[in-house]
Amino acid sequence: MSMRQNIETKIVAELSPEHLEVIDESHMHSVPPGAESHFKLIIVSGMFAGEPLIRRHQRVNSILAAELNGGLHALSLRTLTAEEWQKKGGETVASPPCLGGGKADKET
Amino acid sequence: MNDSPIFEQIRDEISHTDVVLFMKGNPVFPQCGFSAAVVEALTTLGVKFKGVDVLPDPGLRDGIKNFSNWPTIPQLYVKGEFVGGCDIVREMYATGELKELLKNKGVEFAAPSEAAD
Repeated sequence: MSMRQNIETKIVAELSPEHLEVIDESHMHSVPPGAESHFKLIIVSGMFAGEPLIRRHQRVNSILAAELNGGLHALSLRTLTAEEWQKKGGETVASPPCLGGGKADKET
Repeated sequence: MNDSPIFEQIRDEISHTDVVLFMKGNPVFPQCGFSAAVVEALTTLGVKFKGVDVLPDPGLRDGIKNFSNWPTIPQLYVKGEFVGGCDIVREMYATGELKELLKNKGVEFAAPSEAAD
């Protein structure tokens, strides 16, 4: 299973999102072609209701703990309830460009 | 929590400086877009902060992830408390929550009233 499918399957199973986008942004970073290392997730789920941002992110991080320990290098999260998603008009925030720090990884 | 030397070092760092950013590169030359984004938010607010580069020290790089139970870099600490990573800090900055947090924690910052340009 690809990293993308893996992420999708786990998030759907654990958070039953009303809306889910799994965006592979690996190409924006200094990684080999085809690497599935940098992802952005937009998750709209009722399960986030009443939770502060940090708790929501921790929840997603723990669902994807195995992936983060094996190949998933960066995970950008946008975690919203349906109400918040609607209020924000479904807009997303652009991810920042790579500045080359990953090269330091490979030298070690 | 155990008392590994790395945890000791991190505890020391976050207890002696009000605002600490564990990042890739340094505030002048961030080596990762996510780290740069947090530097930018803090700089715009006029917060004095210390950037700790995790790249030269794999022990620290892994240690901070375990210490915070947070899998990615950057990580922002204010008055010894973990605030979050890039997405959280950027969102808190956009909503004004970050300013509020700094104010509540008694951290000084020079943010003028969102001067344009």
